[in-house]
Amino acid sequence: MLESFARLRAIAWPLMIGAIAGGAVVLFAGPGLFWALLALGLAAMLIVHFVSFQEPILRAQEQTVDDPLASLPPMTRVLLDQLPIPVMLLDDDERVLFVNRSMRDVLGPGLDRKRASSVLRNPTVLAAIAEARRGFATNVPFSLPVPIERYYQAYAARISLSPSVTALLLHDLTVVKRSEQLRADFIANASHELRTPLAAVSGFIETLRGHARQDEVARDQFLDIMAVEAARMRRLIDDLLSLSRIEMNEHVKPEGRIELEGVVRQAAAALKPLAAQDGMVVTVKAEPELPPVIGQQDELVQLFQNLVHNAIKYGREKGKVEIRVGQADGQVFAAVHDDGEGIAANAIPRLTERFYRVDVKRSREKGGTGLGLAIVKHIISRHQGRLAIESRLGEGSTFTVFLPAARPETPPKPAVPEPVTEML
Amino acid sequence: MTEHTVKSFGEQLEALSALVAQMGGLAEAQFASAIEAIARRDSVAAERAVGGDSRIDEIQQEIEDRALKLLALRQPMAVDLRETLAAIKTAGELERIGDLAKNIAKRALVLNREPPIRLTQSLARMGKAAQNQLKQVLDSFTSRNAEEAEAVWNRDGEIDEIYNSLFRELLTYMMEDPRTIGLCTHLLFVAKNIERCGDHCTNIAEVVYHMVRAGHLAANRPKADTTSETSVPYETHA
Repeated sequence: MLESFARLRAIAWPLMIGAIAGGAVVLFAGPGLFWALLALGLAAMLIVHFVSFQEPILRAQEQTVDDPLASLPPMTRVLLDQLPIPVMLLDDDERVLFVNRSMRDVLGPGLDRKRASSVLRNPTVLAAIAEARRGFATNVPFSLPVPIERYYQAYAARISLSPSVTALLLHDLTVVKRSEQLRADFIANASHELRTPLAAVSGFIETLRGHARQDEVARDQFLDIMAVEAARMRRLIDDLLSLSRIEMNEHVKPEGRIELEGVVRQAAAALKPLAAQDGMVVTVKAEPELPPVIGQQDELVQLFQNLVHNAIKYGREKGKVEIRVGQADGQVFAAVHDDGEGIAANAIPRLTERFYRVDVKRSREKGGTGLGLAIVKHIISRHQGRLAIESRLGEGSTFTVFLPAARPETPPKPAVPEPVTEML
Repeated sequence: MTEHTVKSFGEQLEALSALVAQMGGLAEAQFASAIEAIARRDSVAAERAVGGDSRIDEIQQEIEDRALKLLALRQPMAVDLRETLAAIKTAGELERIGDLAKNIAKRALVLNREPPIRLTQSLARMGKAAQNQLKQVLDSFTSRNAEEAEAVWNRDGEIDEIYNSLFRELLTYMMEDPRTIGLCTHLLFVAKNIERCGDHCTNIAEVVYHMVRAGHLAANRPKADTTSETSVPYETHA
């Protein structure tokens, strides 16, 4: 109905001009004032009629064009795009009409005109969208479990443009959910792992109070063991705390631009005295002119400290720890190599598991908490990097960290030489 | 995709793909629930996973019907033919993943009645690795990305290695304390089912690779599961 009106309107202007011209011709050519006035009057009526109805009819016409968003003012589009809330607009076929920047961060690029099920196949969300298209606004929680677990609340509703548009909004609940979960995990882990050293310490206290009270030799020996156990508890608590701090921020992309070489050298320098105790040498070799990586300084230092520390712990006595920094396929990598005993193939994929130890006794002796590589894994995961572990029994192991290189958008800052570089 | 003279043909193919993606989403969700049931001892999630596969079966049926109709009426060639075939094959693999998830969830219900055991965390981690594979391979399907599919295919060895390690650990547990045999057998089956899911992901990766490149991924799939050749000597403890 509206469409046929609109078509009529298209010929209204020629009609009006025709009527005015006709009136003028009749007025000057003679058949009489009556006809001239009639024609002009008709023209005036047409003008009044269409001018007064012009607005609504025009709007109806615009809405029938293909893209229902064409009628959005540019300002609204910009606002939508910049909104910190992920927004997706879908057309009647459930095809993507619009996604804003936050939504692209969640789902990745290349979403335009794709079907909803191809870009976000979570059944809960798809059901919510279907429900919304039927006119029922819905609000459902869902999660994206991999690669990094994220939790959202999804709101879907139909907007009555013509043709109608379905809007999907996400509310990020990851922080809330994560802190709940981490607290639970922390308590479980801490209580379980702290129990062993605590039991040892309380056992010795008991003995010291009892029959060892007067035995000076035994007392010194026991106090030494208690000090070792207490130190282990402290390390464990430190590691657990830093693990949960890293996990808390794991879904937040780091923003700094970091020269990886400097970080590696800093980590290596910090552990040099420890290496010297076992007569080991730590060397760092780096390719020249490496691009910076996107990362967070402190976490990266901790990452390499853990890796180098492991290399020292599990390397051969008086052996070498070699660290190589280089680049490959748009990524910067740092490979930490030790010449220790190596790791069995079936243990490798489980190394980053929390509290997994290839050799429980040895790890205890070396003062390991079983969390070092778990921390490494979570830091790398936050940095969207990759950890490759190569090892052959008897030939040592290489832990290689790949991190995406920063794009050279801003001119890279001149590398500040670390004060410790000369030491190595 | 190249333009089709009959526009609705292109749309039919796309709708078929979208349906496969939707089915993939269901399989992912079901598998995620099953793993959550194991990791968090969550019986509600387990029930959800057990009940989740009727819808998957329905969609598989629909995909097959539509694909058959497409083959019969449109006689697709080249990439269109491969896409149609890929839809049928992928749907089959996803249906199997759904079944495995259901089985894991059923075992989770049993496990949750028993006292907690640390090894379930290792299983959960293995499950995460398989979930990652499933997500990536489905992403490669929707984005028609052969490289991504190949990467998934190459990574299956990792899951197999975890499986090997868990297998040995479980065997030692059972030998140390025969009372745990019942529980450990369930854990062993869960691990095997997760490992099978990983295998189905590599199958999908092969399908995706063939759909995009029209070639085949090398015949010898990375296979690191050696448990069928593993034996642990039985030692009597004095």
